[in-house]
Amino acid sequence: MNAPRTDAKICGMGHSMKRKEDPRFIRGKGNYVDDIKLPGMLYMDIVRSPYAHARIKKIDTSKALKIPGVLAVIDGPTLEKYKLHWMPTISADTQMVLPTDEVMYQAQEVCAVIATERYIAADGADAVEVDYEPLPVMVDPLKSIAPGAPVLRKDKKDKKDNLAFHWEAGDRADTEKALQASEVVAEQYVYVPRIHVASMETCGCVADFNPAEGKLTVYMTTQAPHAVRTVFALVAGHVGLSEERIRIVSPDIGGGFGGKVPVYPGYVIAVAASVVIGKPVKWIEDRMENLQADSFARDYHMKVRLGAKKDGTLTALSIKTIADHGYTNASANPMKYPAGLFSICTGSYDLKHAFCEVDAVYTHKPPGGVAYRCSFRVTEAVHAIERVVDVLAQKLKMDPAELRMKNFIAPERFPYKSVLGWEYDSGNYPAALKKAMEIVGYESLRKEQQEKRKRGELMGIGICSFTEIVGAGPSKDFDILGIKMFDSAEIRVHPTGKALARFGTKSQGQGHETTYAQIVAEELGIPASDVQVEEGDTDTAPYGLGTYASRSTPTSGAAASLAARKIRNKAKAIAAHLLECSEADLDWVPGKFFIKGVPDKSKTIQECAFAAYTNMPQGMEPGLEATHYYDPPNLTFPFGSYICVVDLDRGTGEVKVRRFVAVDDCGNIINPMIVDGQIHGGLAQGVGPALYEEISYDEDGNISGGSFLDYYVPTALECPKWETDKTITPSPHHPFGAKGVGESATVGAPPAIANAVVDALSHLGVTHVDIPITPEKVWQLLKAKGVAE
Amino acid sequence: MKHQISVTVNGTAHEAEVESRLLLVHFIREELRLTGTHIGCDTSHCGVCTVLLDGQPVKSCTVLAAQVDGCKVSTVEGLESGGKLHPIQEAFTEKHALQCGYCTPGMLMTCSALLEQNRNPSEQEIRQAISGNLCRCTGYLNIVKAVQHAAQKIGGAP
Repeated sequence: MNAPRTDAKICGMGHSMKRKEDPRFIRGKGNYVDDIKLPGMLYMDIVRSPYAHARIKKIDTSKALKIPGVLAVIDGPTLEKYKLHWMPTISADTQMVLPTDEVMYQAQEVCAVIATERYIAADGADAVEVDYEPLPVMVDPLKSIAPGAPVLRKDKKDKKDNLAFHWEAGDRADTEKALQASEVVAEQYVYVPRIHVASMETCGCVADFNPAEGKLTVYMTTQAPHAVRTVFALVAGHVGLSEERIRIVSPDIGGGFGGKVPVYPGYVIAVAASVVIGKPVKWIEDRMENLQADSFARDYHMKVRLGAKKDGTLTALSIKTIADHGYTNASANPMKYPAGLFSICTGSYDLKHAFCEVDAVYTHKPPGGVAYRCSFRVTEAVHAIERVVDVLAQKLKMDPAELRMKNFIAPERFPYKSVLGWEYDSGNYPAALKKAMEIVGYESLRKEQQEKRKRGELMGIGICSFTEIVGAGPSKDFDILGIKMFDSAEIRVHPTGKALARFGTKSQGQGHETTYAQIVAEELGIPASDVQVEEGDTDTAPYGLGTYASRSTPTSGAAASLAARKIRNKAKAIAAHLLECSEADLDWVPGKFFIKGVPDKSKTIQECAFAAYTNMPQGMEPGLEATHYYDPPNLTFPFGSYICVVDLDRGTGEVKVRRFVAVDDCGNIINPMIVDGQIHGGLAQGVGPALYEEISYDEDGNISGGSFLDYYVPTALECPKWETDKTITPSPHHPFGAKGVGESATVGAPPAIANAVVDALSHLGVTHVDIPITPEKVWQLLKAKGVAE
Repeated sequence: MKHQISVTVNGTAHEAEVESRLLLVHFIREELRLTGTHIGCDTSHCGVCTVLLDGQPVKSCTVLAAQVDGCKVSTVEGLESGGKLHPIQEAFTEKHALQCGYCTPGMLMTCSALLEQNRNPSEQEIRQAISGNLCRCTGYLNIVKAVQHAAQKIGGAP
């Protein structure tokens, strides 16, 4: 346990400090993008394609332009004049801003109407008449990758197929040999479907180009403001937007979960409109646009094979994946890892042979492959391994907990080098699973299940023991479009001993204003309530890569710690000067230097701060500030064991999550209340994809799941009373032993739930069900097995 | 077509001329500039735009401004009175019932209406009451706890 070292007044690490963000949010005084109203501001509405694939024959804007208040219609040819009709994706593929020829997915942006009012912009969009020539649609990635399939990306010169990329890790031949030699092989086709983050706030921006200053300010829903600024400068440099004249402001963000990492066409069109018209332009997408056109997550078709000895010792793992990337690869993955960190797929187990490969395929669907609250494809990897371990357990007639315990990487083997190349920093997997089993009462649940089966009741217990991989960099391996994945902190201590701390990350609900202040408090002894945290304004914050992939604490949190230590070192010299002693004579307790053995002879950090501006030692640079750019030496590897208990309704097929025990280990904890809250939210975002959420398409590319009418986000009724607990295994390389945590639960929950449902049906011969496990899917299974009521 | 409406919002009387199609949420946000009420969908599923109309929670994205003539509307900005937070506001902070803050105003309005009608709601009653308000951050448990906490503070059964 990391018991707090500081008192409640300083409120450093380990205190469940109430959030500094809350006072404005509970009063309705947050400042989200749609709350911004600038003088003379115009509104933009987007015309979208009803077809998944069509040629645009004509866009007739005459009726729209006759509506009083409609000022302009911007289409592909307009942007083409400025060479802004295409843009790079963050995976260095290319994406249309607006089409000049063909549309490639349903709901793709066709043109945009600029008007004086929101309702008039919508009227204008309704009045635009587009003449389409529908073209053949390719929705099935397995057909798209087949030889002879029509080439989708005709814009790419010499492209002969629909492969976006092929990526692999591990030794194919060696793994194949090991699988052949295995006494048992569990084989399972696992589909992790296309889902959408559906943050409660949709995406939008206010683009404000000031012609007098030649400066562009964009208030936008982005998780990575600095990276966006650089991308804007690189893409629009040729029309005069250079980086020092671009300011990106990410105000309060109503949830991100990865969906606010990409640059969507809407942002770029609004910027272009503001530059051309010289007035601020607001674009706010509605929920249907959000679900239908913004980057999706997952969509991995995985063939998983896991070899073992008869006694359950795992021998080899192979995963072959077809990834549906839509019409362009717009994944938010590091350049070197086009399939993200999928090679964490050996999970929590000691495997000596493993191979995985991903073929990413173009289809006529929206672009993407962003995360949904997960670090670069980790959810898919964890779902594959945790599901197939259960398939194997069933095959071996072994208890799934026992099989896991038998194969866990032993605690004494950390740091552990995985066969697919990762160095796991720390872990104690048996401890987490043991704790979860004790809390849930595993043995008695198994007995209850036996009794219920005799009565024909369907109850299941599912386990998931996941290992996450979060906190990118290190910069030697990780970059986005060439920009290295470090992150930053800048701390200024004012003369009165209060502080301002700024970061390259951007909270979207994670509570950075509180947790970063606690880190500074921990290191400097300045009360967290005296530390003002700012993020999201590129004119003031130090450069950083933003918040996603559970990277804020591993990177900017570490930077905060190290910047604070620089300040403490300087303060020590000042304290020595004030106490007329040498620095070597000084000791530190949070908030105070004192002469060793003479606690009365002391100077507080506040006194040192005042002296830094009023009475510094001769020759010392005035002021008390420091900046640190932190390049992590490794990723962090949080882990946990989850156990889920479900009851199945034989009449309706409904899966009721009765209990959910989550034991998480994210190393040392900054704020236990916030960590717990993040796990609760992550678990709910695990229940959603496991049981309800899916975006699918018919053969013409028409979307299903494109509004909250049919994209089912779990409510309070579908979520159980979470039972959370923790173990603490600090990261050995992080400055204060922390790991990322925001996404662990989203990664770990779906396999636990899926395993529980299969467990409930295993005696009927069911070995696998793909998520989302909807009532209909379960009922069909029950009917096929003859047990539906 | 325009309509003349008289509406009391958070205790302040307003006279306005509104278009037939103007949604209540836009009237509140754009005309009155009370931006605490948010917009999350257009199909009345998410509940982030929840306000109280004559004391009853409604989704203001599916109410027309023209319909509230002669009514009393309460928004999150009206929960605080005399510089004192409503117990449910305090409870949300105390129990960490919010993260990104976007669903919070609508959630607070639904919860405050529940507490007006039921001073001692059970967990199931709370979950039922907030089931029209979606939240992506909290997993709902701390919201349930906040309502229970506020109920205790208010003083149990009326």
